Amino acid sequence: MNQNFTFLLWDCLQYLINGIAQGSLYALVALGYTMVYGIIRLVNFAHGEFLMIGAMCGFYAIRAHLPMPIAIIVAMLSSGLIAVIVERLVYRPIRKSGRIPALITAIGTSLFFQYFGQLTFGADPKTIPPFIAEKIYNFGEVNVSNVQLAILAIVLLVLFFLWWLTHYTKIGKAMRAVSFNLEAAELMGINTNQIISFTFFLGAALAGLGGMLMGYTMSIEPMMGMNLGTKAFVAAVVGGIGIIPGAALGGFIIGIAENLVAGLYKSSFRDAVSFFILIIILLVKPSGILGKNIKEKV
Amino acid sequence: MDYYLQTLLIAGIFITLTLSLNLINGFCGQFSLGHAGFWGAGAYASAVYTVFYALPVPGPINMLIAIVVGFIAAAICGLIIGVPCLRLKGDYLAIATLGFGEIVRITIMMTEKVGGPRGFINIPHLANIFWVYAVAAIITLFMFNLKRSAFGRAIISIREDEIAAENMGVNLFKSKLFSFTIGAGIAGIAGALFAHTQQFLHPSNFNFMWSVIILVMVILGGQGSVTGSVIGAVVLTLVPEILRYIGGTIAEWRMTIFPILLIILMLIRPQGLFGAHELHFKKSGGA
Repeated sequence: MNQNFTFLLWDCLQYLINGIAQGSLYALVALGYTMVYGIIRLVNFAHGEFLMIGAMCGFYAIRAHLPMPIAIIVAMLSSGLIAVIVERLVYRPIRKSGRIPALITAIGTSLFFQYFGQLTFGADPKTIPPFIAEKIYNFGEVNVSNVQLAILAIVLLVLFFLWWLTHYTKIGKAMRAVSFNLEAAELMGINTNQIISFTFFLGAALAGLGGMLMGYTMSIEPMMGMNLGTKAFVAAVVGGIGIIPGAALGGFIIGIAENLVAGLYKSSFRDAVSFFILIIILLVKPSGILGKNIKEKV
Repeated sequence: MDYYLQTLLIAGIFITLTLSLNLINGFCGQFSLGHAGFWGAGAYASAVYTVFYALPVPGPINMLIAIVVGFIAAAICGLIIGVPCLRLKGDYLAIATLGFGEIVRITIMMTEKVGGPRGFINIPHLANIFWVYAVAAIITLFMFNLKRSAFGRAIISIREDEIAAENMGVNLFKSKLFSFTIGAGIAGIAGALFAHTQQFLHPSNFNFMWSVIILVMVILGGQGSVTGSVIGAVVLTLVPEILRYIGGTIAEWRMTIFPILLIILMLIRPQGLFGAHELHFKKSGGA
């Protein structure tokens, strides 16, 4: 075998590993999109901003000398609470007006938090230290850091937790019922408003966790939600929006594709590749990889 | 004085842009989130013409050619995007157009000849406020007439109910594609005007946020209302400036007040200021 080819293979493996680590973070954020969409058919454009708020609150918690695990809990709770408040004040009254006003409202909320963040937290980028001391293991030519492994483990744990939650608990069953048919669920005695609030809380808390974990590769700033939010949203659509395993799959696909393209071709194509994948998926199977086709009836 | 002129100029360009999106979104009911991509394609194409390939003719004629170039470039983009995407509906169409809009922007960013991420400089100053408002007036008239034409009625019927429209003999795909292409082309005209009044283009002028702002202008005025679009564009250009003018804390917080106003509008009047109605200037006019 040619030596260059061997190096290429090693490189590919390295990008694959980096991609899985990054993709698992996208998956974490995409889960929130997909749960909210699944339950009230709303593309929550403000989801990236929930992530930003979580990361910012976590940053201030660390600066107040709180230990890392507590800072992560602070981040999750704060973004979750903000999401519940936003849902109560804004999304709930708009729900009856139809989808496009709801979409515009979501965009408005997203804009509000971006500029609110700039005014309160300041526009300068801040850094969150990695949540465990970084150690790098070498396997042949490939480096794997324990942070990457920990992130992957956390995301898999979260996925398992969500699977357990939706299949084996009362509130999870109620969530599935609401996403299947909101009105019928209400007639069956489910408090749908409470379930929707809970879904927003859960999704935003996961986004806050994602924001904290992202500290190991990038700095945080008030406008970060836009870019990350769009990518996570693309991931949710690629996997099949409204489907929890789909969000995870989409996140991994986007993360791996980005790293492979950035490493092997040009790093400036990093942002374009997710949209290319999106368009190809939408043209071949508009409901996403794991989605089901729904026929429109007269 | 320059500041007021610049604000008026931007308002005029946004009138054209909002009308072009209203054709796609308001009349035809196809939810597009990539309109800034067409705007950018038109702006860059026309600027490439005037900077690199300008013919030795007087300025106004060159400007006219630049407008035509902008229209054609953006319309071709619209056609390329429309053919595969218009098979999709609702949210999925919105996402696909969002993706295409971003791809247009990233492609511009990657093209070294037009400055890439540094921006496109030295564009001749060929257009002024008269150009901007003349074009806006022509497009407004065009929209009024289109709305009353047979084709206009056909695309409005698509918005109301696709299946019913198809049964009445409207060719869904052709009508959608035509309105999408023309809408994109008109956005390209706005792009040509933008390029030749600002004399500087930067890819970040055409990102997703601007697609959203144009969309919000359409929704604010009312989907399917021509006068609504004009007023939506003017109001949304002026409101942040007025908040800036008030000064003090309000000026500092204007970018957070602006989305709050938007949310309140959606809560109180989700169909926009005018709904699908027109503002009448004389009693006898019917629309």
